[in-house]
Amino acid sequence: MRTENVSKIYGRTAAVRKISLTLEPGRFYVLRGENGAGKSTLLRMIAGLNEPTEGSIHIFGTPNKEALHQVGYMAHAPLLYDELDGLENLRFFAQLYGIAGDELLIQAMTRVGLDAKLSRRVGQYSQGMRQRLSLARAIFHSPRLLLLDEPFSNVDPDSALQIAKLLAAMRTGGNTILLVTHQIGLLTNLADEYILLSHGELVERGDMPGLEEQGLQEHGAQRPEARK
Amino acid sequence: MMPSASSMSITRLTWINVTKDLRLEWRSRDVFNSMMFFALVVVVVFSFAFEREDSRPVMGGLIWIAFLFSTTMALNQSWARELRNGVLDAYRVSPAPAEALFLGKCLGNFILIMLLECLMAPLFVVFYNLSSVGPLWQLVLIAVLGTWALVVNGTFFAAMSIRTRNRELMLPLLLLPISVPAVISMVTATSQVLTGEGAPVVQMKFLAGFCVIFTTACFLLFETVLNAE
Repeated sequence: MRTENVSKIYGRTAAVRKISLTLEPGRFYVLRGENGAGKSTLLRMIAGLNEPTEGSIHIFGTPNKEALHQVGYMAHAPLLYDELDGLENLRFFAQLYGIAGDELLIQAMTRVGLDAKLSRRVGQYSQGMRQRLSLARAIFHSPRLLLLDEPFSNVDPDSALQIAKLLAAMRTGGNTILLVTHQIGLLTNLADEYILLSHGELVERGDMPGLEEQGLQEHGAQRPEARK
Repeated sequence: MMPSASSMSITRLTWINVTKDLRLEWRSRDVFNSMMFFALVVVVVFSFAFEREDSRPVMGGLIWIAFLFSTTMALNQSWARELRNGVLDAYRVSPAPAEALFLGKCLGNFILIMLLECLMAPLFVVFYNLSSVGPLWQLVLIAVLGTWALVVNGTFFAAMSIRTRNRELMLPLLLLPISVPAVISMVTATSQVLTGEGAPVVQMKFLAGFCVIFTTACFLLFETVLNAE
């Protein structure tokens, strides 16, 4: 994935300013920054939901909008229909990707720790269950690039750790992951690199181990092993 | 190798959207109940205003007032459902074409409104002692063409107004002026069939032309509207 001088300007406010970024395949990146730093906007532009005001975005060598079938996107909102149950939701979205049959969907639900037989409608799910189902929606088609915006919010610590490990396994399987989170402590041993944004600009980029101590101190987070 | 959505036919994706919309509506019934209630109120209230014998000349207008405002209500809600939980974004990040969503929404809304019209027809007959002087098939054809004209424009303009703050107000403001020619045709044609005076075929041809032109234009422009920020 490559962005070249990507900017997003709303009226007189620049949400993202001239960000040039290259993500290598099979690596796990954490996108950090204060609230309003432009993390979600950048993610939305990569996913093709927002058009950059200037600059270009390429995924696996093609313009991002032509590579949508290779991208999985998880947003703040769950992107699910409340009136359908979990499997029905996934079934609908799978059909948009040309996927027939439930096998991949059940597999995705199992991977995020949800029971595919659960007939409860999503409107009756807890926030954490919605978040997991939303992740299942983002990964059922085995995307090569996974864009995740705050996947650990509203999720209990054990589930968050489970999701983090799932993502690390996906990275090992060759997927590229770009994840926005404030819970950096969960990923110190799992992610490869961090990218720091501030006021819409890319200010720092480095390997995760270098961030470990800083992250633990800044956010008061615990190492996954030290959780118990 | 996983088949890509672009290789799937637009017809199949449209049908997937139709069945999804009808399933959501079957489970929530929020659109249909409000449409039904509004149409019922119009029928009952106006039945007190007109003598049963005098109502025939104005029935064309009355019938379409009930359906026009019910349609506006339905269209707003059908898009509001896509905004809840940001589901529309999940569609936009998929490789499925925007046109399939548009046609799916149009057909889903069309089916719901035709169902409403079928349920309301006996009530119009009972409350206004209504019978058709002209051929009944013409009335059915006018209902189909008129409903499609409203639905196709309404679905398009509702999509255009979903991101505005006053979307409930925006839709009628956009839809009604552009639909005036179609509304005049459907009201005139309906009155002509009910009274047996005039030639409704001319109006029906105009309505068919309106449907073809606006369906084509909305179909071609929908992707731009969907991705507008």
